[in-house]
Amino acid sequence: MYVAVKGGERAIAAAHQLLAEARRGKTEVPELTLAQIEEQLALAVDRVMTEGSVYDRELAARAIKQARGDLIEAIFLLRAYRTTLPRLAVSLPIDTGAASLKRRISATFKDLPGGQLLGPTFDYTHRLIDFGLTADGGSVTPSPPSAPEPSEAMPRVSGLLGEEGLIEPNPAGEAEPGDLTREPLEFPADRALRLQNLARGDEGFLLALGYSTQRGYARNHPFAGEIRIGEVEIEIMPAELGFPVVIGEITVSECEMVNQFKGSATAPPQFTRGYGLAFGECERKAIAMALVDRALRAKELGEEVIAPAQDQEFVLSQSDNVEASGFVQHLKLPHYVDFQAELNLIRRLRTRATEADAAE
Amino acid sequence: MSEGEEQTAGGYNFAYLDEQTKRMIRRAILKAVAIPGYQVPFASREMPLPFGWGTGGIQVTASIIGPNDRLKVIDQGADDTTNAVSIRQFFAKTAGVATTDRTSHASIVQTRHRIPETPLREDQIIVYQVPIPEPMRWLEQREAETRRMHALADYGPMYVRLYEDIAQFGRVTTAYDYPVMVNGRYLMRPSPIPKFDNPKMNMSAALQLFGAGREKRIYAVPPYTSVKSLDFTDHPFTIERWDNSCAICGANDSFLDEVITDDRGSRLFVCSDTDYCRQRRAVKAAE
Repeated sequence: MYVAVKGGERAIAAAHQLLAEARRGKTEVPELTLAQIEEQLALAVDRVMTEGSVYDRELAARAIKQARGDLIEAIFLLRAYRTTLPRLAVSLPIDTGAASLKRRISATFKDLPGGQLLGPTFDYTHRLIDFGLTADGGSVTPSPPSAPEPSEAMPRVSGLLGEEGLIEPNPAGEAEPGDLTREPLEFPADRALRLQNLARGDEGFLLALGYSTQRGYARNHPFAGEIRIGEVEIEIMPAELGFPVVIGEITVSECEMVNQFKGSATAPPQFTRGYGLAFGECERKAIAMALVDRALRAKELGEEVIAPAQDQEFVLSQSDNVEASGFVQHLKLPHYVDFQAELNLIRRLRTRATEADAAE
Repeated sequence: MSEGEEQTAGGYNFAYLDEQTKRMIRRAILKAVAIPGYQVPFASREMPLPFGWGTGGIQVTASIIGPNDRLKVIDQGADDTTNAVSIRQFFAKTAGVATTDRTSHASIVQTRHRIPETPLREDQIIVYQVPIPEPMRWLEQREAETRRMHALADYGPMYVRLYEDIAQFGRVTTAYDYPVMVNGRYLMRPSPIPKFDNPKMNMSAALQLFGAGREKRIYAVPPYTSVKSLDFTDHPFTIERWDNSCAICGANDSFLDEVITDDRGSRLFVCSDTDYCRQRRAVKAAE
């Protein structure tokens, strides 16, 4: 019996075999291709890229397949791969103002230069299960190619407000932001590091925290000033060249939140900013991130820190789902020794209590 | 594997981590050794094993291991627990190093929750997997504040906690991860080893390294350093005792696991350190 308790090596091998079979499922069902995942589960791919901190659709699709669709497991796979990659260069700041947009909406102005562009959104669908959407019945007639509209400039809402001085200016960028994948996070963390942390933070966690600010736990009166989804160019500036070189294009989702601010002794009343950015189409994540970013600026803006969403140690230390998932689930690992120590202790405490009762 | 540091497994560097990362971790280890018990922040990496499975210990081991090392990995004192098997296989695969389950044969011992019963030597390193490195975390949640408390050696709250235990229960009710003072300066968490193992840390001949991956901290106890479990003169530190001895080897000086043998409450006790148990049986058989 004691021997049976400790059959670790064989048990692991058998578990891996079962996992491989379970991943594949019934063999009479055709195997998923990576292209199918990339194309048809594109939003899962986007989330895995965002929280996995690697922009690589094919790799993310592979991770999703390997993880049997468990996105946090897929994020973990991607992170474990990412951490082995060298950091070759730091890109120049991306310019979402120059993005080629597939979606652009503002909740603050009915119309604005460049207009509102809905793009492929669930927003106004009726959430009725589409029973026609089976393998053969889900064909879509492609929309006729529309004549390319003259590309109209789409200035940012925050820029329009900024012209009147109604919104705080963006802080001047520091030379090069820190990198929390290379240096451990120290508290208090500056905004650049906080945004890095939130960008790879768990969508569900940020969603709940952002939601909590809307329900009164550090309410910050947000308006979705602008949400943009589009392709931006990534540029690096090799020192030996002295001019920027485009190394590729990525799709990003950006949310610029416009928040209320009463003003202070030194500053007139002015809107403040919250910012969210994610890879691919991760709009919900970007909006939640912007709410939490704004909440975390409480101290800087002279607001009282009263709620979890404003508390950077609470938010930043708990936001990472790879860390959280690991530590929560490590409870599955054996704790015989600690439990034995507790057993011994509780027995002695009980003995003492019984003796004390008997003495009374 | 004779190709040494150039060796790769499946496109990964020797012992998985790239050399820049190893250098960063080694620097943190050097600092930790120089300031016994002080928690050195380091840029912990994601490992292919989950956080909570020993990623801190794995990163430390990956940074110090060389092709000539012989690695032993234990969890709960045993080499054959699934997580120990998995970590040992990880290093066998990524570093191609020799592994062993004999404490005396190992140059590096990575452990979760135990210190081997067999005393360690000067030519050995023990690497502890640490879940929560901060000894005062349950008293103060904020890292900024606990770092300040360490800087000022402001350890009063911990003594107050121990005192409250004694006032309420007549004893300190911490059975594992029992706080220690290292080199008379830094309060340290020994990782969740039973307090039974605490005395083994004191003046140990082996270098003791602690890695906390998720919490991004490394700390160390150099060889022959004083490690004192917190106590009071009128309530000295004691370790747990058993009324039983090991059902397999008869040891009455080792930490015993309780094994339930049927559904009528029968139980027996066996050594948690499987290598120690086997050594004793081998000696007996030879006699």
